[in-house]
Amino acid sequence: MSVGVADELRCRGLVELITDYLEGVLPTPDARRFEAHLADCDDCSTYVEQMRQTIEAIGQIPPESLSAEASEHLLWTFRDWRGSR
Amino acid sequence: MSAPVALDERALLRALRDGDESAFTALVEAQGPMLLRLALMHVPSRAVAEEVVQETWLAVLNGIDRFQGRSSLKTWITSILLNKARTRGERERRVLPFAALRRRHEEGRDEPAVPAGRFQGRRGSEPGAWARPPVEWSEPSERLRGEAARRVLLEAIAALPPRQRDVIALRDISGWSAEEVRNALDLTETNQRVLLHRARSKVRAALEGHFEAEGGAP
Repeated sequence: MSVGVADELRCRGLVELITDYLEGVLPTPDARRFEAHLADCDDCSTYVEQMRQTIEAIGQIPPESLSAEASEHLLWTFRDWRGSR
Repeated sequence: MSAPVALDERALLRALRDGDESAFTALVEAQGPMLLRLALMHVPSRAVAEEVVQETWLAVLNGIDRFQGRSSLKTWITSILLNKARTRGERERRVLPFAALRRRHEEGRDEPAVPAGRFQGRRGSEPGAWARPPVEWSEPSERLRGEAARRVLLEAIAALPPRQRDVIALRDISGWSAEEVRNALDLTETNQRVLLHRARSKVRAALEGHFEAEGGAP
C-alpha cells in the first residue's frame, strides 16, 4: 500500500467514521488518526460535536403512551385471552 | 445459540402463561411506550399505530406458549411489532418499490454522510477538506429541547428509510445495545452500524437546516 495523501484522513473521510469511532470499533491506529485530525481541525470538531448533540437530543424524545381507551381495550384483550385458555 | 434467559424474565414468562394480570400490566408499562413510538414511525396515524400495538400484544399472548426464550422477551415483542407495523405501513401507503432497489436505498451504503458538495474537490487548495463547514449551533442544549427542534427530529426520523429508522429508534431513542438491535432486526454488525450512521447523519443535517433557518439569534 502506498503511504501518503491516500492515508491522510481528510474531513470528507472523517465524517464517515464517526459512528465507528463512537462505537469503539475503529482499529487503534485509525482511532488515533481520527483523534489527531480532530485535534487539528475545528470544523470537524464542530461536526462531531453536532453528531453528539444530535444523539443526545434523540435520546430525550419523550415516550409515548397509549390512550386510556386503548389501555382499557388491551386489558380486555388480556382477560379474553386468559378466559379462552 | 440460546443465550440464557434472565431469571426474572423466566418468572415473568411463567406468570404470563399463568394468566397473571399484574405481570401483563407490568410488561405493557415497560414495553408499551416504545412499541407505540415505533409504530407511530411506520403508520400514518395515531389510531392505526394504536391498533398495531393492540394486534402486537394479542400476537404476544397467542404466541407466549411457543416463545422459546432464544431472544429476550423485549426483542421478540419488538420484532412482532415491527413486522406488523411495516406491513400495515406499506399497505396504507400502497407504494412498493422493487425489493432490490429498496434494500439499496435502505442501507444507504452508496450515500455519503455529508453531501460531496460541501467538501473541496480535486482542484481545491485542500481536496477533501470542508468547503462549506458546519457552523456551531448557538445554545444547542436549550434549543434542542424546544418544541420546534423536537418536531424537526421526529420528522427527520420518520422520513428515513424503514431500516435506518428502526435502528436509530431502537439505539438512540430506546437505548438498546447494538447486539439487541442486530437480533431484533436480523442485521449483521456492519449493517447495523452503517444504518445507524446514515440515520444519525441525516438527522444531524435536518437539525442543521433547522438551526440555519432560525438563524443564529436565539
